[in-house]
Amino acid sequence: MNDPGRIQPTACTLESTRTAAGAPLLEVAGLTVLLEVDGAKRAVLRDVSLTVQQGEAVGLVGESGSGKSMTARAIDRLLPRGAEVQGSIRFGGADVNALAGADLRRYRNQVAMIFQDPRAHTNPVRRVGDFMTEALRTNLGVPAAEARRRAVDMLSQVGIEDGDRRLRQYPHQMSGGMLQRIMIAAALLTEPRLLLADEPTTALDVTTQAEVMAILDGLRRDFGLAMLFITHDLELAAAICDRTVVMYAGQVVEVRASTLLHTDPLHPYTAALAAARPDIGQTAHRLRAIPGRPLSAFEAPPGECAFAPRCAHAGDICRTAVPALIELDGGISRCALARELRGKLQEAASG
Amino acid sequence: MANTNGAPVLEATGLRKEFGDLVVVDDISFRLPLGRSLAIVGESGAGKTTIARMIVGLEPPTRGTIIACGHDRSRPARSTRDRRRRGREVQIVFQDPYTSLDPRQTAEGTIDEVLRLHHGWPASRRRARTAELADLVGLDTRQSRALPRSLSGGQRQRVAIARALAAEPAVLILDESVASLDVSIQAQVLNLLADIRDETHVSYVLISHDLAVVRQLTDETLVLHCGKVVERGPTARVLDDPQHPCTQRLRASAPRPGWKPRRQALPTAE
Repeated sequence: MNDPGRIQPTACTLESTRTAAGAPLLEVAGLTVLLEVDGAKRAVLRDVSLTVQQGEAVGLVGESGSGKSMTARAIDRLLPRGAEVQGSIRFGGADVNALAGADLRRYRNQVAMIFQDPRAHTNPVRRVGDFMTEALRTNLGVPAAEARRRAVDMLSQVGIEDGDRRLRQYPHQMSGGMLQRIMIAAALLTEPRLLLADEPTTALDVTTQAEVMAILDGLRRDFGLAMLFITHDLELAAAICDRTVVMYAGQVVEVRASTLLHTDPLHPYTAALAAARPDIGQTAHRLRAIPGRPLSAFEAPPGECAFAPRCAHAGDICRTAVPALIELDGGISRCALARELRGKLQEAASG
Repeated sequence: MANTNGAPVLEATGLRKEFGDLVVVDDISFRLPLGRSLAIVGESGAGKTTIARMIVGLEPPTRGTIIACGHDRSRPARSTRDRRRRGREVQIVFQDPYTSLDPRQTAEGTIDEVLRLHHGWPASRRRARTAELADLVGLDTRQSRALPRSLSGGQRQRVAIARALAAEPAVLILDESVASLDVSIQAQVLNLLADIRDETHVSYVLISHDLAVVRQLTDETLVLHCGKVVERGPTARVLDDPQHPCTQRLRASAPRPGWKPRRQALPTAE
């Protein structure tokens, strides 16, 4: 099994994770998380490093078990009890893992989370208004009437005009798309600096997804908010994020400007993931499926590239050591052959 | 439609479903020839799943007829024999592989039960066919003997597909069956479904809001809005040159490289 002692933080030393603009708003460095399952410690995140600048949208893409949701939970301090955390998470310079009590509550007002299933994250017996204004009233001491006024105002910003009536309703009286818009409005009410959006549109149908994404994207820009957008959908991430971080088996395998993700990927997994999606514009004779299944972090073979068993380009070098993160053309790749494969991945995937 | 030899394998005429005052499916008709595949697309609440439930027999239509393999199935089956025959005509794979399998039954047991009920074969033949089906959908020996709780979502969905195929249906309804799968697994399952169609000439009715999946798997497409068909035609034509505003809206909502989400008019009523 994985020996956590072997995992060394690496990416925090990479220069490209910083910009001239100064310290990032959020900086995750060498984050390793172990959970206890059936008495054994299992790694769910392995040496994850990423940064989000002020006002920047970063996509976090991966399949089941890649660790993308666990990364968001670690950032919001929502890890399950007994989780062992190594590495650091810094927000505006402060050590997030050291926060407690009032400081932690203040931090959570600045880092708002939007979950995949709004129905699972609302109390079905409480009115929408109670839920929406709770943080304002209890954490920020805003008077109830003023909190409601702000809530109605925010609802109109997410396209809900009859806010007064909505505040008196219960979650079951609304569709999933409506409820998710309310969750977004609620998240924005405490004037956060960073949004953690964990698959916020996966439970919605495609036209509602487009609407909710447009609202989220528009308000984020209006308010100058940073966002970490977690999704399994490479195309969706590329469409609304400035940069995209791709995860596999609990590790970051690629960081790339979203505009280059499809045309010039740096890791074979990213290219294979993009190529496996059917194309709305044409029927493929056969889809280029990736053989095998995505591995969880604890299943990854120790001492070799986690993606190697499924990789069409894997060579001997991939099976001798866990590849280090290397910088390439402004991006980062965890592939030992990244330089040799540069420019060939896209052809191989589409040819 | 090409490739037909005589009667369609599935035909719906004037299908209507009311729940109280609410009309969820309104005058839907279609014909599905043998070995061809039909997509039913539309937004949530358009009536897609209700149509699937009526075809499979989980909801009786308020009006209209459904004929599969020459047998009317618009009314509930009156005998066990009738019900089993219907099971050999149409099977369904549901969206959620986490709730559609019996948690106490292994993949092998699940498939074996269907073979025993529908074909009445002896144990040795059932064992051979179970292994064949498990192989067809890509389940290894360990997975075939595992309970659903130790299988992943993709593996469970393969079990559900194998279970549906065990009845050797003429029509397989796929109700968002690949929507919850990981992208790399979804591609495997879509390839698998194409292979199975080539080998068995099964016809698919695919219910989906993922137009890329629709493009990959189907020949014809029905676009539904508020229970009515608003556009129909060959899948390639409907997706490349959508005519109805609803189809255009669906098409414009699909994320793709260079896509930017746009705010659209919101429904005011729930």
